[in-house]
Amino acid sequence: MLNMNTLMQLLQSSIAFGTIIMFGAIGEIITEKAGNLNLGIPGVMYLGAISSLVGVFFYEKNVENPIPVVCVIIAVLCAFLAAALGGLLFAFLTITLRANQNVTGLTLTIFGSGVANFFGGLLNGFSGGVGQIRVETTSKAFMTKIPFLSNMGTVGKLIFSYGWLVYVAIIIAILVQWYLNKTRSGLNLRAVGENPATADAAGINVTVYRYLATCIGTGIAGLGGLYYVMDYTKGTWANDGTIENLGWLAVALVIFAIWRPKNAIWGAYLFGLLFWAYLYIPGLSRKTLELFNMLPYVVTIIVLVFTSFRKKRENQPPNALGLAYFREDR
Amino acid sequence: MHNNIAVQLENITKTFGKKVIANKDVTLDIRKGEILSLLGENGSGKTTLMNMLAGIYYPDSGHIYVDNGKDELEEVSICSPKDAYALGIGMIHQHFKLVDVFTATENVALGLDKSIAFNKKQIAADIKAICDKYGFKVDPDKKVYNMSVSEKQTLEIVKALYRGANILILDEPTAVLTPQETDMLFEVMRNMKADGKSIIIITHKLNEVLEISDRVSILRKGEYIDTIQTSEASVSILTEMMVGQKVTLHIDRKDPENTKERLVVNNLSCVNKYGVTALDNVSFTAYGGEILGVAGISGSGQKELLEAIAGLQDTVDGSSIEYVIPDTEERSQLIGKTALQIKDMGVALSFVPEDRLGMGLVGSMGMSDNMMLRSYRKGFFFTERKGPKELANKVKDNLEVVTPSITTPVRKLSGGNVQKVLVGREIEAAPSVLMTAYAVRGLDVNTSYTIYNLLNDQKEKGVAVIYVGEDLDVLLALCDRILVLCDGKLNGIVDARTTTKEEIGLLMTHLREEEQENG
Amino acid sequence: MAKITVHKKEPFLRIAKRDSMPLWQSILIRVISVVLALVVCGVVIYLLIKVNPLEVYKSMVEGAFGAFKEDYKFFNRRTWITIRDTMMLLCIAVGLAPAFKMRFWNIGAEGQILVGGIATAACMIYLKDLPPALLFICMIVSSLVAGALWSLLPAVFKAKWNTNETLFTLMMNYVAIQLTSFFVAMWENPFGSNTVGIINPNGHEGWFPPIFGQDYLMNVIVVMTITVGMFIYLKYSKQGYEIAVVGDSENTARYAGINVKKVIIRTMLISGAICGLSGFVAVSGASHTISTSTAGGKGFTAIIVAWLAKFNTFTMILISLLLVFLDKGAIEIASKYDLNDYVASMITGIILFFILGSEFFVNYRMIFRKKNKEVQ
Repeated sequence: MLNMNTLMQLLQSSIAFGTIIMFGAIGEIITEKAGNLNLGIPGVMYLGAISSLVGVFFYEKNVENPIPVVCVIIAVLCAFLAAALGGLLFAFLTITLRANQNVTGLTLTIFGSGVANFFGGLLNGFSGGVGQIRVETTSKAFMTKIPFLSNMGTVGKLIFSYGWLVYVAIIIAILVQWYLNKTRSGLNLRAVGENPATADAAGINVTVYRYLATCIGTGIAGLGGLYYVMDYTKGTWANDGTIENLGWLAVALVIFAIWRPKNAIWGAYLFGLLFWAYLYIPGLSRKTLELFNMLPYVVTIIVLVFTSFRKKRENQPPNALGLAYFREDR
Repeated sequence: MHNNIAVQLENITKTFGKKVIANKDVTLDIRKGEILSLLGENGSGKTTLMNMLAGIYYPDSGHIYVDNGKDELEEVSICSPKDAYALGIGMIHQHFKLVDVFTATENVALGLDKSIAFNKKQIAADIKAICDKYGFKVDPDKKVYNMSVSEKQTLEIVKALYRGANILILDEPTAVLTPQETDMLFEVMRNMKADGKSIIIITHKLNEVLEISDRVSILRKGEYIDTIQTSEASVSILTEMMVGQKVTLHIDRKDPENTKERLVVNNLSCVNKYGVTALDNVSFTAYGGEILGVAGISGSGQKELLEAIAGLQDTVDGSSIEYVIPDTEERSQLIGKTALQIKDMGVALSFVPEDRLGMGLVGSMGMSDNMMLRSYRKGFFFTERKGPKELANKVKDNLEVVTPSITTPVRKLSGGNVQKVLVGREIEAAPSVLMTAYAVRGLDVNTSYTIYNLLNDQKEKGVAVIYVGEDLDVLLALCDRILVLCDGKLNGIVDARTTTKEEIGLLMTHLREEEQENG
Repeated sequence: MAKITVHKKEPFLRIAKRDSMPLWQSILIRVISVVLALVVCGVVIYLLIKVNPLEVYKSMVEGAFGAFKEDYKFFNRRTWITIRDTMMLLCIAVGLAPAFKMRFWNIGAEGQILVGGIATAACMIYLKDLPPALLFICMIVSSLVAGALWSLLPAVFKAKWNTNETLFTLMMNYVAIQLTSFFVAMWENPFGSNTVGIINPNGHEGWFPPIFGQDYLMNVIVVMTITVGMFIYLKYSKQGYEIAVVGDSENTARYAGINVKKVIIRTMLISGAICGLSGFVAVSGASHTISTSTAGGKGFTAIIVAWLAKFNTFTMILISLLLVFLDKGAIEIASKYDLNDYVASMITGIILFFILGSEFFVNYRMIFRKKNKEVQ
């Protein structure tokens, strides 16, 4: 039965799970708000994950006493930059070379998962007989909890018992929410995604905005991969395709959140809850469990359908989403 | 002498492609604190000329001088809207450049990178200050998609003023406004003028020219004609300058014979997508064996008229379009039927729409495939391909269509050739009613004559031809009767053989007295 | 009168749409892009394993078409597997063609394949006592229907409420994956293995029968029939014509009296049905089992195939073959030089990036400042 303890566990695993996809979704929201539909999110999450792992692996291996702070810096930089590079490739192909966004994004996902699993496999090969590597120092540094607070009873445990990236995700989400709605630059970015021709006429450099939004967005999504390897799986790697599924869930979350970062925060935890709830629901057989796991996607579809019914303009996808902009077309 | 000149255009020429000359050697000046009307028919190059001031186009040759605030005229090069704003020039286009999901405030703030955070309250206060100064009404928190056309236009003007525009260009601002809204706009324009701003209003409505402007500059066919003081102008003087001398065209026009009622239109009314009445109670009869011209300023309801007959436009209750089946007295009602149902009723209706590639043809297909666009339903499951292919070759030969092959996508053909393909197909369908919208727009003289001859052939065959045109000389020389639309209303049907350009020009721009009182 | 002239520089590089390009030139650009991509891949592989790239390419060819020994026969087992996988990819891409031609972004092939596969597997399990002909009819019909139903939902919402089909079909994939897991758990065999295992391993009920002793010839026949059929459907049928018109301009379709909503729904039913049938081919003609990896990302790869082929089903054969060749070749390298299979996805990704980028040079031309020199 569901007692306080199991409820606690459920909520904690939901929040941990939600954090991964929150990074992905926030990154994708920035990208989509500028009009680029990047279906390469799973790919860049992979790139972020593997790069951070490779980076700290070599650092930990070659240094006698790895310094946790350096580990963290290396991991974050590697994750962000590798993912942003993936984004840059996407941006170059779709914005400059005007390749189709859907197709390019899917290719990026194939590429990213290939690169990550390939090098992940190599890394695991290095580790000798165990078959799995572990970057202990770094992973510990990432899983550091806030002292005192995390011991403060149930509430403290629920709110403060996670690795610090969980809070970074929330902070980034709030910052992006603020950026998009309260800054001039955010306003310009939304204009680029809604109506690039108008933005262009108002003197906004559409190309620059789209490039930056895509690169920064994918960089943030890469942090989702970072959190996954360093905290969620405790600094290990497995070629099991989990990140790809999480990446698609992040894309789903963008729709669920109707392109609003603040909705993505609670939406991410809700998805986490839906994902893990099966463990605590009595009477679920293995079969029905699988059906139960459909829920995040089904809920997303319902949200998608519902927003298209209501036709509330604020809840629609950005008007120019998925379309390349070419000034001479006007 | 120049110290009251705000902007001077000198010998401006702009061409599109090799053939289309939009502006030829235009010299024009705009004074400080005046309202200047830029008058001309459709295609006379008014908008193109102003787009060069606004940074949308760049002139092929000529110079632009702008007052630099030190009583000097400085030559400038305007490459983008941003450059134009920097010089204090703002243009309000016919198609508003606004982001729909943004509020008024957000639209005004767009693209101005002054600070990181933007203070909505401050901008809203600035907007209010501008509104109070000139008498606008703008709700700063209203979303654009909730705004009426008039509100959007006001917002565009405020946006331009917020960016420091001293010279405002309004492109046909009243085309989308109700009379009351027009009055409000004019009031605001007078206030801005009193504040020392220069305003250019592009229009072809003579009554507005006379009401609002200080001076009128007239363009005709891309060339500058003259500028006169409004106080010295009259409707007839302006009409004459606008339409020019009658040009004799050698179109072989036979007298209509055996005309028979073919389309009887009664009380036809439509509302367009903006909720504005596009056609207001129009009644007329089109006869087989004659060419009925439709004249009017663009956007007076021509498009809706043709599309309503073709079954592509919803109509207001009480409208009636009856088709008289040839050789019988039988009438069938077309209102409420789809295009396909009308076709299935045996109504042989051919329609050359204004938007050739966006509506009349499939741009990515070749001539051959386009030939079967309206007839592909023949046969079982598979399309019948031999007929269209032969038809394509026939049209290609008869109309001398220049194309590498009949399978080359028509999108890649020149405008004239695209039009030949479309007209050729519609005529080959052996229609009993043939409607054409701006059939010769953008075509050279020879091709135009080819099309006139085709239309005359159809007329002799007993087809009811409806010809929507913009060149009055052609309408006078080609048509038998001319129906004139003004603001969606039927403003008169005249005999093309006896009427004059001035009479049509007046009917196009000036609602008849009794109509104005009723409306 | 003071006259100060400011001359703004014309941008260094301007980009303009290209009207047309001779066929040979556009083919050349694409071939160059593939060659460039192969060179890049060669360099990458060289950096990884320090083996002569030519040796690597040879291994790739051998991986796809069998080792070059003295008694080399082209139609060896490897070649047949390459053919089998090409047919699978082709079948999905062909299914996507009508939807894409209509500018409907059906990225739900993955899910449509799976439900088609589930339907097939269900027939194989529950109806194995039927006479073979009847069983096959059941399998074909049920997989077609399953795939069609899976695409019906997004199509209806697109037609009636303009719901974004890209996102909708994408989500449907994951619903289908979970549904597959559900059935895998239900049909688990042996118990606890979490797989269905080979279905009907003894009687081979519902398996594609070998033809002339070849296990996969049937796949070729089925898929090529569909490919040719789809080519004819799109090019010569009235419905294919309607699809092309709707894809070009809905306004023109209206003018021609076409019921746009009906065409959207009908086309998506066809597209989903063929993707469902690919599931049938995958289960009955290849793996003889069902799992969440029955589609294995092929639904996504096929999107790229269909897009690059510009909806031409015969071009799809070539592109499918290229991708499967790369996949098999890379796997061969992986096993030969002790790498892992994922090197295949990496190489495929690189090649696709190059091909996608090359489209730009087919569609646009660059104009450099002053000289107005035009470069392809």
